[in-house]
Amino acid sequence: MKARIFNPRGGVKPDSHKKESSESPIRHVPLPPRLAVLLIQGSQGSARTIVTVGDRVLKGQCIGEAEGADGTAIHAPTSGTVTEIGYYPMAHPSGLSSQAIVIEPDGEERWITYEPLDPATADRDELILRIQASGIVGMGGAVFPSHLKARSNIKTMIINGAECEPWITCDDRLMRERAANVVTGSAILALLTGARQTLIGIEDNKPEAIAAMRAAVRNMEPVTRKCPGAGKMNVVAVPTRYPTGERKQLIQVLTGVKIPPNERVTKYGTQCFNVATAHAVCRALLHGEPMVSRIVTVTGNVERPGNYEVLFGMSIADLLAFCGVKPDTTRVLMGGPMMGFALPSLDAPVIKGCNCLIAASNELFPPSAPEQPCIRCGDCVDVCPTGLQPFEMYWASRTKNLDSARRHHIFGCMECGCCAYVCPAHIPLVDYFRFARSEIRARDEEQKAADQARTRFEFRSLRLEREKSEKAARLAAKAAETRAKAAAGGNAALIADAVERARTQPPAQDNAEQDHQK
Amino acid sequence: MLAALFVMTGIALVLGAALGCAAVYFKVEGNPLAEQIDAILPQTQCAQCGYPGCKPYAEAIASGEAEINLCTPGGDDGARKLAELLGREFKPRGAPAEKLKIVALIDEQTCIGCTLCIQACPVDAIIGSAKQMHTVVSCYCTGCELCLPPCPVDCIALIEEPRTPQNWRWKYPVTGLGVFT
Repeated sequence: MKARIFNPRGGVKPDSHKKESSESPIRHVPLPPRLAVLLIQGSQGSARTIVTVGDRVLKGQCIGEAEGADGTAIHAPTSGTVTEIGYYPMAHPSGLSSQAIVIEPDGEERWITYEPLDPATADRDELILRIQASGIVGMGGAVFPSHLKARSNIKTMIINGAECEPWITCDDRLMRERAANVVTGSAILALLTGARQTLIGIEDNKPEAIAAMRAAVRNMEPVTRKCPGAGKMNVVAVPTRYPTGERKQLIQVLTGVKIPPNERVTKYGTQCFNVATAHAVCRALLHGEPMVSRIVTVTGNVERPGNYEVLFGMSIADLLAFCGVKPDTTRVLMGGPMMGFALPSLDAPVIKGCNCLIAASNELFPPSAPEQPCIRCGDCVDVCPTGLQPFEMYWASRTKNLDSARRHHIFGCMECGCCAYVCPAHIPLVDYFRFARSEIRARDEEQKAADQARTRFEFRSLRLEREKSEKAARLAAKAAETRAKAAAGGNAALIADAVERARTQPPAQDNAEQDHQK
Repeated sequence: MLAALFVMTGIALVLGAALGCAAVYFKVEGNPLAEQIDAILPQTQCAQCGYPGCKPYAEAIASGEAEINLCTPGGDDGARKLAELLGREFKPRGAPAEKLKIVALIDEQTCIGCTLCIQACPVDAIIGSAKQMHTVVSCYCTGCELCLPPCPVDCIALIEEPRTPQNWRWKYPVTGLGVFT
């Protein structure tokens, strides 16, 4: 069946630079002397340590439990001893540190006992809990917990193998070499989400991956044939264009449904998973292997560019050294050149969202020309895939006019960077948008806190007022009672009352003694 | 002449009655200006302005008896917004607005359970009872410092909220040699 393709607006076609790393098979990296697994793997929440220093752990053993409903677990990437729980820099533009569990490998790579689950017989909740317990998150870079997405009820499931960013080839190699696992994982996800149709979108600059995936769909394992969504699985070649790999863009290309920036994809009966996520789901359920490693593209200014199977927690500096990073490297980008960021520290360990590391030199990535004034040429509007007006957002962000930025739908921007790529004035538009967005978010938080403080202050004032009036009423009632008694029996009765009270009350000294004895 | 007089008197009576009714039926509860001012104030309830909370200060500004630059947490930014709202002249606060959120933290080893800080807290963010350890519910704490003076054992400290990827902010882009930077 020839699938229909819907062409969305905008987008750019940068040089793909895929050949540098896509032509050699996935290679393994030798065990480093130590692995530091960060408790915060994405920006979504952290795990809670369940091991202590000195514990011996097996490969795949849970070392950090999922915290809260949207947390995911972390696992020991190899067998060894926990030597430290300390702070390590995160692979995050902020350069902040986070707690990490440091494991010294014993070199034996002893796995835990595998406990596979059969998707055809196991309960849906059980399967979803296993996905959470296996620490599976979106591997495309967003690191969103997959069990939350698997819980949705949808009609069409999209498996994202587009990999539209230049330089990155980890999904390409994964589909070429492990297509069967990807297809099985997709079928399981289709079963969980109740999808009746599964579309696997791959950009047409990866013909080998498309062929491998088509073959895998034809020769699907019998275990997955039982999954209802697996029957209508289709591998679709989509035109090469950046940013087709963004999920809303890919959904539009494959189904024609245009999802507004502020709405959820599930509202339109769709959900999107990365191919590497589908692969991880297959390993976790059918083989009982939690997520302990991922495929990382290391490319750019290195001697041996390619794709490497890297254990989580390996230091990025060690990985680059293994790949032979050249001395004239100026900085290292994580993610692609369009949406990635320069790593503030190379001591950061590899995390689940680390799909690509690019060693940049002045030759490969010449320093950008100085920023010039915006001339409102409108090139950014033409390429914006979301249909926003980047130059208006830029003016608003530059002058810190946050309300105006919000009015121009700055939160609809996915930071794909097409506008900055075509800007003839070399304005770092996305940097301005990121700045304005985080300022708006911080301001909203402050406003929320202020509103909360106001209601709490008002309630407290009300409460104090009420307590005061209640006390006054109580005293008035007591006074009235006393007056009534005085009127009835005269002063003699009141005096008799007081004497009686004094007699029945134990002396104050005794009280003190009792307290002391206690 | 007479007809004109009657007509004018009639109109005056009708309009007067309408205005009188409107004053009774469309009466606004509270002071809308004070509420607008209150919305701008940071709601720290720190009483550094000399009024016992943000609302009393807002009312004082609305009635014209207080200056607009008495709010320390609001800083120059807040004073500028108030000046804009009220059409008054902007007066600098001097101290810049403190941007990092600070919260109170009780050293639970030292706390003797005297309840004095609980009574001082304007937003009920401290829990505990007599002779029991107290603690600060940090998500409600406004960092107003009002709990510090009453504490007899000085066991309350103000700490900065730790930076996490969630509350970290992108910086304003710094670009070299631009025509306007």
